[in-house]
Amino acid sequence: MNTLEDLPFGCDAVLDELALPSDDAARLMELGFFPGVRVVAVRAAPGGDPRVFRVDGAEIALRRETARCLRLRRRA
Amino acid sequence: MSGCHDCALAGRGEPKAITVALVGPPNSGKSTLFNRLTGLRQRVANYPGVTVEQHRGRVRLGTRGDVELLDLPGTYTLQPRSDDERITDDVLRGRMPGTPRPDAVLLVLDSTNLARHLVLAAPVLALGLPTLVVLNLSDDLERRGGSLDPAALAQQLGAPVVPASAATGRGIETIHEFLAGRLAVPARIPLPTIQNIPACRMWAGRLASQSTYRAPTPPLWTRRLDGVFLHPVAGPLLLLAVVLGVFQAMFSAAAPLSDGLESMVGAIGGWAGALLPAGVARDVVVQGAVAGVGSVIVFLPQIAVLFLFIGILEDSGYLARAALIADRTMARIGLQGKSFIPLLSAYACAVPAILATRTIESKRDRLATILVAPFMTCAARLPVYALIIAAFLPNTPLLGPVFGVRAAALLGLYVLGFLAAVGTARLLRSTILRGDRAPFLLELPPYRWPTLRSLGLRVVDRSRVFLTRAGTVILGVTVGIWLLCHLPLANGKAPDLSHSVAGTIGRTIEPAIRPLGFDWKIGVGLVTSLAAREVIVGTLGTIHGIDGNAGSTGLQQALRHDLTPGGAVALLVFFAFAMQCLSTVAVVRRETGGWRYPLLQFGYMLTLAYGAALLAKVIVG
Repeated sequence: MNTLEDLPFGCDAVLDELALPSDDAARLMELGFFPGVRVVAVRAAPGGDPRVFRVDGAEIALRRETARCLRLRRRA
Repeated sequence: MSGCHDCALAGRGEPKAITVALVGPPNSGKSTLFNRLTGLRQRVANYPGVTVEQHRGRVRLGTRGDVELLDLPGTYTLQPRSDDERITDDVLRGRMPGTPRPDAVLLVLDSTNLARHLVLAAPVLALGLPTLVVLNLSDDLERRGGSLDPAALAQQLGAPVVPASAATGRGIETIHEFLAGRLAVPARIPLPTIQNIPACRMWAGRLASQSTYRAPTPPLWTRRLDGVFLHPVAGPLLLLAVVLGVFQAMFSAAAPLSDGLESMVGAIGGWAGALLPAGVARDVVVQGAVAGVGSVIVFLPQIAVLFLFIGILEDSGYLARAALIADRTMARIGLQGKSFIPLLSAYACAVPAILATRTIESKRDRLATILVAPFMTCAARLPVYALIIAAFLPNTPLLGPVFGVRAAALLGLYVLGFLAAVGTARLLRSTILRGDRAPFLLELPPYRWPTLRSLGLRVVDRSRVFLTRAGTVILGVTVGIWLLCHLPLANGKAPDLSHSVAGTIGRTIEPAIRPLGFDWKIGVGLVTSLAAREVIVGTLGTIHGIDGNAGSTGLQQALRHDLTPGGAVALLVFFAFAMQCLSTVAVVRRETGGWRYPLLQFGYMLTLAYGAALLAKVIVG
């Protein structure tokens, strides 16, 4: 499990890195997706894409193609 | 620059109006607060050169006079990346031509999301303008077990803080006091200027916890409702039901209102006709202006009903879920979830649909949505479809008593427009709008009850925009086309339509439309229907000297005489594809900031319409 795309529903993980162009990364960070934050996978849209994440007190939907670029910190 | 603008702002003889800017992140309830404070005393305009709307309104403070309130586009930071954010930044720094630098700021934050929203406080307070921090949705915060100490936060920020609720009116008194300059302001303290977002968020988090902020529990009801509305099977079915419900309301509930308006316009025309002396002036007023305005006004009930429903969907939070469910399908045709509602609106009228694309942040996606929206079967096509279908097809039942051959033909035309939109979206994606896209980000706000006040204001506001933007164009064009049909004067009298300028144009283009099976009369109809599609019905009526409406059997007979079945199909196909609507052209020009896209769109749709109509004529014969 390396990226947000593979995070199972109901599980949480710590975000490590946003492998995205800086403007796109900044947009995600404004919504709460910054390195070190805890993200919970909540559900998916019917059909499995986009997926909904709970981050910093809000629920945000990301397409899989974006979630794939958000790397997770490995658990110790 | 500010000198002359101050006079304009001061308006009716008041010495100097104070301007206050409303700033806040998206989904902070900023617009609800704006509506609560200004009521109907607001107006919408565009910022110069960009497609961002400027909302201004007046707040009445009794004996203290009025304050001019400016609702700025939502933003999370003052490091602008989109047009919206640049506008907010420029206005706050006094760099926006034609807009005075605000004298004070209302910073609206969602108190259920305080730590995240506080990130915006640092750069806004650093501007040095008197600022009131409005902690909106404070009733939600308490209901969900959260809390905070406003006094402590005020001390930390060096700015007054008020817990408020734009929906219920809580805290409005304090906001009025601030606007009147009567609120005690704590000593300003220097705040750190942090450029990097994670560090800024850390600072905001620290600030929140020092103000004994307790975050609310996740909204339980939202969880439960999402379990239903986003259910893999029930979710899409409910969305379908919602869409059908909106359509049903638009076409059945709005119909009596439209009929009422139509007869009212007729009565006004009759009254004006009786009042004015016979002559060209009377004809211009009655047949040109009144009929022209009437042709716009009959769409108003549908537009109002549509925006009432969009308002309910948006304010309740369901709109974001609809976008989420639709995203996968829309992505396949090169669009995204947020294109769904504008395209749905385009079934009523492309003009409000194009205005509704403003919720799409990605510029490419927005442009693609604008360019395909006019393919959706709008209400103005229905009278044309109804006339031709009724003239050429028998009403034989196919499936039960309701669904007959005519209904099937109508459904087919809807499908045709939809397929053209899909094909065009794909084509755009692989040609002029190719390239990487910004990631699709969608915040799912908690479900809330919409308030009547907010819905009412929204309907009035959007109806006003529709009437002024589309109405002015249509009015001008219908009067212009009326003149084309009645000039040149022969012995002081209007000529026969066939000898008028419009008739001459019809004859001139006849060779070009002959292959489609159209004669010069249809040609005149094509010219006049540039104003609005349904105008062709009235035009054909005038040419044949018959009362022109879709139900007229005389007109149906005349059409059967003029058109072969192949020509009739070609005409239907032509109307399905061509951009016969100058108000849409005008709105696209305004929204895309130039003539490039509307001309491209017009040319593309005309070419497609001609090609497809020719194909239909050749196949059907």
